[in-house]
Amino acid sequence: MALTEIQKKILAEVADLHKVPVGAYNFRINGATESRNTTANIDIRSKADGSGIDIHIMPGTKNESVHIPVVLSESGLKETVYNNFYIGEGADVTIVAGCGIDNCGNQDSQHDGVHRFYVEKGAKVRYVEKHYGSGDGEGKRILNPVTEVYMEEGSHMEMEMAQIKGVDSTERSTIAELKKDASLVVRERLMTHGHQSALSVYKVSLLEEGANADVVSRSVARDDSKQKFDACVAGFAPCKGHTECDSIIMDNGTILAVPSLEARHVDAALVHEAAIGKIAGEQLIKLMTLGLTEHEAEEEIINGFLA
Amino acid sequence: MLELKNITFSVSLEDGKTKDIIRNLSLTVPDRTFTVITGPNGSGKTTLAKLIAGIEKPTEGRILLDGEDITDLGITERAKAGIGFAFQAPVRFKGIKVYDLLRIASGKPITPSAACEYLSEVGLCARDYINREANASLSGGEMKRIEIATVLARQSRLSVFDEPEAGIDLWSFQNLIRVFRSMREKINDSSMIIISHQERILEIADEIAVLAGGTIDSYGKRDDILPTLVGTESAQDACTRLK
Repeated sequence: MALTEIQKKILAEVADLHKVPVGAYNFRINGATESRNTTANIDIRSKADGSGIDIHIMPGTKNESVHIPVVLSESGLKETVYNNFYIGEGADVTIVAGCGIDNCGNQDSQHDGVHRFYVEKGAKVRYVEKHYGSGDGEGKRILNPVTEVYMEEGSHMEMEMAQIKGVDSTERSTIAELKKDASLVVRERLMTHGHQSALSVYKVSLLEEGANADVVSRSVARDDSKQKFDACVAGFAPCKGHTECDSIIMDNGTILAVPSLEARHVDAALVHEAAIGKIAGEQLIKLMTLGLTEHEAEEEIINGFLA
Repeated sequence: MLELKNITFSVSLEDGKTKDIIRNLSLTVPDRTFTVITGPNGSGKTTLAKLIAGIEKPTEGRILLDGEDITDLGITERAKAGIGFAFQAPVRFKGIKVYDLLRIASGKPITPSAACEYLSEVGLCARDYINREANASLSGGEMKRIEIATVLARQSRLSVFDEPEAGIDLWSFQNLIRVFRSMREKINDSSMIIISHQERILEIADEIAVLAGGTIDSYGKRDDILPTLVGTESAQDACTRLK
């Protein structure tokens, strides 16, 4: 696989990859599969109509990983990709998906990834998704991910989703349905700057007894950027749900946080929290007394907040 | 050596008048000394500490550190010039770890074991704390000791501690006294100013300055000043503060 320097840089940003990873992977570069590896337990197949890939993880697969990074480095490329993940009963795997767009041209580049996860009984999944944009062209870098998660009894999923830099416009939609004793943890990290806009919508349905979800978003809106966080946790059975949106607002940023709860059972224990505020003056002063400039102090506070 | 020369700090009131919080105050803090500044509530102690750290600027007067005029330096420059400052109410951060604060304080990349040294000095088991976030999950006493550890990590020429005993329980207070005794023993070429009206802290002092109405009421060796303070608001015993 021959990669340009820009493509290598993007892969490092979105997948922490500095070389070809161990285990199963599928590299999609500028609209086509560039490279793929499967293992005895993890199979990756292209859909017959070419619209994406199906990833099958055998029941009982332990400590294996799947990397499916996407790189767009040509200006003006627009694509919608459908990837389905079938995670077999009792499997324990890490899935790293990430998308980076480098746009030096004048046309918009856009990647809309639709990821569906079918997590079977007792399976555990750690899903890491990073989005990154670079390039100094006039064309926008647009990412609209759709994530659907269907969790069977006793399964567990942790999702880390980060978009820290360079994406001009994003509309994220995540829905999850949890059956008996399934648990879902979501940690979203988002930073917008310039004139960027970000919308993140979650709908988590706790369908059966013992289901548990914890959806936490931390975000920073700088310059003239706009963000909206809209998370709803719905409980249909005795279950526990928590959603939290914690944001730092700077400059002329705009943040709209709409956490909501929907209880359809008397024993659904649901909590939401939301807080938006600027960096506290005393935090800046404390770090300045430790020798940082105001600007350095601000960066440390943001880096820590989004870590 | 820190010299405060004819410092006045005034604030504007709502009715348009001004009020002097600090009034024509002069004080010299020699090297290698542990100086406690005491005085009743409202006497201007915290304001004085903030003036030294550069968080507030004096309306009049000059501040000199080792002969160099630092009056016009901001907070960052004063920190770099060698002034450390421990807050009365330690600031908490979401996401910033105790290790990060010690790394920032030391001004260079430090190994976790070096960071642990500072925590051990303030009586915290480093392993339990180094990777904790300095957030609301830590108690007041824990934050206080971490605050002191960050000031130790700066290895400043002059460290100012603003009411280290405020907001902590009696058990933590006893430990804090031990920490300050140990710091007094290791003072070497640096010097320390503690803002406090705790008798137990005054007992450690080399020099005591008593502040009243925004200016120095008396100043001298501990053995000369402390007897005049016992039983007053400027030298409270450990239980008084709990009332």
